[in-house]
Amino acid sequence: MLHFERWKITLIVLLCVAGLAYSAPNFVPRDSLEGIPGWLPNQQINLGLDLRGGSYMLLEVDTSSLIQDRLQSLVNDVRAALRSERVLYTGLGIRNSEVTVRITQPDDVQKARGAIEGVGTTVAGNVFSAVPERDIAVSVNGQNITVVLTEPAIVARTQSAVQQSIEIVRRRIDELGTTEPVIQQQGASRILVQVPGLDDPQRLKQLLGQTAKMNFRLVSNAMSGEQALATRTVPTGTEILFMAEAPNVPVLVERRIMVGGDRLVDAQPAFDQQSGAPVVNFRFDSTGGRQFGEVTRNSVGRPFAIVLDDKVISAPVIREPIMGGSGQISGNFTVQAANDLAILLRAGALPAPLNVLEERTVGPGLGADSIAAGEIAAVIGGVAVVAFMIASYGFFGVLAVVALTLNMAMIFAVLSVLQATLTLPGIAGIVLTIGMAVDANVLIYERIREELASGKSPVPAIEAGYNKALSSILDANITTLISAAILFQMGSGPVRGFAVTLGVGIITSVFTAYTVNRLMLSVWIRRRRPKTIYL
Amino acid sequence: MRHLKLISDDTHIPFVKFRQIAVAFSLLVIAASVALFFARGLNFGIDFKGGIMIEIATDGPADLTQLRATMGGLGLGEVQIQEFGQADDVLIRIPSPAEGGEAASQEVVNAVRAALDDVVVEYRRVEVVGPQVSGELVRSGIIAVVLAMALMLIYIWFRFEWQFSLGAIVSLVHDVFATIGILCILQIEFNLQMIAAILTIVGYSMNDTVIVYDRVRENLRKYKKMDLAELVDLSINQTLSRTVITSGTTLLALLALFVFGGEVLRGFTFAMIFGILVGTYSSIFIAAPVILAVGVSRDWSGNTTGKTAEGKSGAKA
Repeated sequence: MLHFERWKITLIVLLCVAGLAYSAPNFVPRDSLEGIPGWLPNQQINLGLDLRGGSYMLLEVDTSSLIQDRLQSLVNDVRAALRSERVLYTGLGIRNSEVTVRITQPDDVQKARGAIEGVGTTVAGNVFSAVPERDIAVSVNGQNITVVLTEPAIVARTQSAVQQSIEIVRRRIDELGTTEPVIQQQGASRILVQVPGLDDPQRLKQLLGQTAKMNFRLVSNAMSGEQALATRTVPTGTEILFMAEAPNVPVLVERRIMVGGDRLVDAQPAFDQQSGAPVVNFRFDSTGGRQFGEVTRNSVGRPFAIVLDDKVISAPVIREPIMGGSGQISGNFTVQAANDLAILLRAGALPAPLNVLEERTVGPGLGADSIAAGEIAAVIGGVAVVAFMIASYGFFGVLAVVALTLNMAMIFAVLSVLQATLTLPGIAGIVLTIGMAVDANVLIYERIREELASGKSPVPAIEAGYNKALSSILDANITTLISAAILFQMGSGPVRGFAVTLGVGIITSVFTAYTVNRLMLSVWIRRRRPKTIYL
Repeated sequence: MRHLKLISDDTHIPFVKFRQIAVAFSLLVIAASVALFFARGLNFGIDFKGGIMIEIATDGPADLTQLRATMGGLGLGEVQIQEFGQADDVLIRIPSPAEGGEAASQEVVNAVRAALDDVVVEYRRVEVVGPQVSGELVRSGIIAVVLAMALMLIYIWFRFEWQFSLGAIVSLVHDVFATIGILCILQIEFNLQMIAAILTIVGYSMNDTVIVYDRVRENLRKYKKMDLAELVDLSINQTLSRTVITSGTTLLALLALFVFGGEVLRGFTFAMIFGILVGTYSSIFIAAPVILAVGVSRDWSGNTTGKTAEGKSGAKA
C-alpha cells in the first residue's frame, strides 16, 4: 500500500500542482488577470447571482393569447373564404377555443366545408410525417361547422413562439450592455433569464414585460375620444385606446393598421432639433416607407396615432407628407424612456406576452455581504478544523491539514475550470466539505491506531490501516455523492450550486485524503524509517 | 506532546442495552413530529407557498411601526414585517394576490416599491414566486428526497444485505421526521434550501450508518461465533472515536457558518447542525438495533437468502 510506482507519483504530483495553479487566479484581483498570457490559468470562479447581485427570472410565453390570436385570424379567413364562395352564414365567432359558424342554406354546407378546410395551413417543422398535417380540424354537425386547432398545430406554434421570444429577449437584454446574461428555454413554454450585476432590475422587467407590438393608425375624425367614451358608442371600424402617458385620456383610433411595426428596420434615441426633448427616430423598410408616404400624403392635417401594445404613445398631426421612409416619435420621454423604446422597437415584437412566473433579484450590497460572511465562516471553520486535527493526531494531523488545503485548492480549481457557478449555498457546501473532508483521514488514522494497539509495527500498521479503511471510505462517499447528484438533477439555481460544490468536494477529498496523504506518508516513512510511531 | 483523545482507545459502552429506551424515545419523537406537522405545520416560505419577499436596507434603524402603517395602507392582505439580522435590514413578506395570477404579483411589487421608495437605501432582495411555480417546486422537492433515499438504499442493498438496507431506511426516515419536527417547533422557514439541507442530512446520516455497518460486516467475517448483540456493540465501540471526531469537525465548520455566515443561511445551517446530531445518534441507536431485530445472514459465500444469524452462526468460511 505504501509503495508507489514512479509514474503514479508523477501523476499525483502533477494533479496537485495543477490544482494549485488553476485555483491561484481566484486569489488575485480580477483586473490583474488581464496581463497574464493565455496559456496560463486565468479563469476565476463564476460567482452566482446571489453573490454578485443580479436578477433571475422565469418567464412563460402566454400560449393562450397565442391561440386566441390564431383563432381570431381564422375567423377572418373563414369570413373571407365564405364570402368568396358566396355562401350565406350567421353566427361566425369564437366559442371555447373553437371557431363556429352556421351555414344558412343546407345545400351550401359541403361547399362551405371545402372552402373552410382551404384556409388551414400545414404544421411547420414536422419532418416525421409523410402527409403534411393541417393545423385545423373541421367538423360538420347539421348546418353548424366547427373549426378547432389541432394539437400538433398548437405545439408547433408554441415552439416557434418560444424560439422567437428567446431571440427577442436576447436582443433586448444585449442592448442593456450587461455581461454574460443567460437566456435559455426551460420546459415547453418557459424561458429562463439570468442577468448578473444589473443595477436596476425594474428596468429589465419593464423591457421584458412589453410585447412591443407597434403600429401606426389614423385617429378617427368621426368624434373625439371623450365623446366616444361618454356616449359608449364607437363608430364601426374604430376603437378607444388610451394615452400611454396619461391613462385617463381616451383616443378614438381607426382599427385599420396603416403601417405595422414589423416594417421598422431601425430605431435610435435622439434629441429633437427644435425643442431639445428626447425623441426616437425610426426608419422603415421600402414597403413600409411607401405605405407611410402614402398615408401621410393622403391625410395631411389629421392626427396620426403611434400605438405600442394598445396604448397611444403620441398622436402628432401630419403637417406634410413624409416620403423618405423615416420619422420621429416624440412623447414626453425621459432620456431613458426614449432609449428603452428604441431598444424595444429595434429588437422587434414578442409573438405573445411573457408572464413572470418567478423572479429573484439580489442587490449588489447583499451579494458582497454574503461573500464576506462566507469567507469569514470558511476561515474560522477551517482554522477550527486544523487546530482540532493537529491536536488529535500531531504530525499526522499536519499531513491531513496539508491534504485538506490541497483539497480546497482542487475544489477552487475544478470550479474555475468548469466555470461552474459558486452560490451562497455553494459556500455552505464548501464549509461542510471542510468538515467532512477529514472523515477519510480520520477513518484511516483510527484504523492505524487500532492496528498499532494490536501490536503491529509502524509500516504494516499503516498499510493495514489504509487497506481496511478503503471500503468504508468508498461506501460513505458514494452515498453522499448520490445525494449530491440528485440535488444537481432536481434542484434549481442555488440548490444546484450547493450540489456542485458538495459533489466536487467529495471527489477531490477522496483523492487528497486517501491518495495524496498516503503518498506523503510513504515518502516520510522511507526517509525516516521510524521504529515506532506515535499516533 | 499527548494527543487530544475525546474517546479513549478501548471503550466498552453497551449501546445495545439501551436500545429499548432509544427505540421508545425515537418512536416518541417521530410521533411528536407527525403530530406537530399536522397541528402546527411547517413555516413554508414563498418557494413552496408562492408570494413575495422583499428585503430592504433603510437609512439607520428601521421604523417598523411606520413601515407597517405604510404597507397596511396598500391593502395587500397579511403582510409580515420583521427585522432581518440588523436593525437597518427589514424583511417584508406579502402573500400572493388571490386573483390575477402572476401578473398581479408584479403589480404588487411595483406598488410596494412606489410606497417605500423614500425609506429604502437598497433593495437587497426581491423574490416573487407565482403559485404555479411553487406547486412544481413542492413536487420536485419531494421527488428529490424520495429518489435520493431510494438510490442510496439500492446501493446499500447491493453492497451489503437487505437487512442493512432496512436498517438504513429506518434510520433515514427517523432523521427526516425528527428534522421536520424541530423545524415545526421552531417555525424556521422551510424553503428550497431546506430541501438541500435535508438531502445533505440524509447523505451524512447514511455516511455514518455505512461506517458502522462496514465494521459490522467485517466483524461478522472475523468473529464467526460471536453473539450478534455483542458483535454490534463491539463494532459501534470500534468506530466510536471516528464518529465523534468526524461529527465534531463537521459541527465545528457548520457552527462557524451558523454564527458568521449571515442571516440568509441561518435556517439552512441550523437544520444541518441538528441533522448531523440526529444522524449520528440514529446510526448508533437506530440503524444497528434494526440489524439485531431482523437478524443477519452470516454465510458470506453466496447462498444467503432466508438464513438468520442463529441458524448459520459458525458456518463455513
